[in-house]
Amino acid sequence: MIKELVVISGKGGTGKTSLTAAFASLAENNALCDADVDAADLHLLMNPKVREHHDFQGGGTAVIDPDKCTECGSCRDLCKWNAVSEGFEVDPIECEGCGVCVYFCPEQAIDFRVKTCGEWFISDTRFGPMVHARLGVAEENSGKLVTLVRQQTRKLAETKNLNLIITDGPPGVGCPVIASIGGGTALLIVAEPTVSGLHDMQRVAQLAAHFKVPAMVCVNKFDLNPDQAQAIEELSRQRGINVLGRVPFDPVFTKSMIQGQTIFEYNTQSEAGRAVKQIWDKIGKALVINR
Amino acid sequence: MIISVASGKGGTGKTTVATNLAISLESDVQILDCDVEEPNCHLFIAPVIEEVRTITTPVPKVDEEGCTLCRKCAEICQFKAIVVIGETVLSFPELCHSCGGCMEVCPEKVITEAGRELGVIERGHRNGLDFVHGRLRVGEAMSPPLIRKVRSFARSDMLTIIDAPPGTSCPVITAVKGTDFVLMVTEPTPFGLHDLNLALEAVKILGIPRALVINRSDMGDDQVRAYAERENLPILMEIPFDRRIAEAYSRGKPFVEVMPEWKETFLELYRHIEEMAG
Repeated sequence: MIKELVVISGKGGTGKTSLTAAFASLAENNALCDADVDAADLHLLMNPKVREHHDFQGGGTAVIDPDKCTECGSCRDLCKWNAVSEGFEVDPIECEGCGVCVYFCPEQAIDFRVKTCGEWFISDTRFGPMVHARLGVAEENSGKLVTLVRQQTRKLAETKNLNLIITDGPPGVGCPVIASIGGGTALLIVAEPTVSGLHDMQRVAQLAAHFKVPAMVCVNKFDLNPDQAQAIEELSRQRGINVLGRVPFDPVFTKSMIQGQTIFEYNTQSEAGRAVKQIWDKIGKALVINR
Repeated sequence: MIISVASGKGGTGKTTVATNLAISLESDVQILDCDVEEPNCHLFIAPVIEEVRTITTPVPKVDEEGCTLCRKCAEICQFKAIVVIGETVLSFPELCHSCGGCMEVCPEKVITEAGRELGVIERGHRNGLDFVHGRLRVGEAMSPPLIRKVRSFARSDMLTIIDAPPGTSCPVITAVKGTDFVLMVTEPTPFGLHDLNLALEAVKILGIPRALVINRSDMGDDQVRAYAERENLPILMEIPFDRRIAEAYSRGKPFVEVMPEWKETFLELYRHIEEMAG
């Protein structure tokens, strides 16, 4: 059975992508998935060679044909997003794509155009094949695109007989995160030892429990505030979340990022590297145990 | 005036900049935390909360008695939030975008409004600082309606500072659209640069004046500065990596309170913004 480890954090900037890349270099027989389609960064470390390129079709957007429009105002009255201007033009940023105006327009003057609102790729990397995407700027449907890249990664893993998927998830607890975790084998929550880090990991842990996906936690940059690191670990234990370890604050993360490398490629001996390796060994064991 | 603080990448220092700016200004300032998925401003502002409101969004409730199974509701719904299976109409409130289409189209008028909880809004203050944030219910997918609600608390008689969520899609757009100025916060790393670029493209679409703050400015390389120059994006402030700032942040302390010499720098930042926003 294919297992999927999804790396999330709640709070942004805790080190999800750097850790995902480091794990990728330690894993074997794996595929990679970048589910942070909104601000994808994993490719900056993985330097993917794109093999396949596909357009992502989002939902529809209303477009009024001025030649047919009699300015009756029905669309303006019905639109819950005030997306139709006084001059009867639809603001594509405000349009939710509900199609209600299209349905009720007495002149059938509103076209419902499906738009391409992103693209997704299947690539090769030095650490296994990778599925990643780019959501168009200011676009909607990120959850849909997340679901798509995860499905495609699974398909790819099946065809290539790979038994592990490592997924780099988005920050937050909303739509793209919900789309990232459903059906995952286990989550790794990367927390940072700050009051914000604690607050945010608590919410994402609740989310994991809500969707019944088993979670594990590690504390990155733990030495910035060891007390907060301990608070996170205690909270995790109370919630039955497996505490995997601590990674020290280490400039090796930034330095390797600038080189487009994982921390192990940049420096085989770093202190952070040793900690990450230990965490990875524990994940390996935990993934076999879970389910 | 409404200043929004945005970044693309998470964890670059939006909350740090928003809260320290607000505290440096002391009075006639309001902070709206629109990062409703993971709101953090309250941890630094420590406001006295005066009001808590549960926010709901309308979702359909079908009275099956009068339903003729005409399927019009299922046809109009673009989000598969209402379907007809056999003799039953099923609604999936968590998928509903609250467009009202099913209620409008139902010929028997048997679909009425029920509420789905989006989360809560908390309003309060600390000294002269007005505070509002939204907290998305854990399990709720849609943040934009709650963000819109938080923004509806913007006051015209004071300066409003919006702490926006990370990313470049609908939640950020909802938080930033229609504001007078966008203060972008990044770190000088490849991830910071890549996501700044995406965020700047979004801000350009919205046509809002903008400038940049570089946080942890000495940890990385010069690519962000070179990019800002190419893009004509003024760098209004640089905050170096300082363990004292990181520690203050980790304890939930605005660093201007620990290092008061920074207050003047934030006030100067505000003067620059005022000039640029016109």
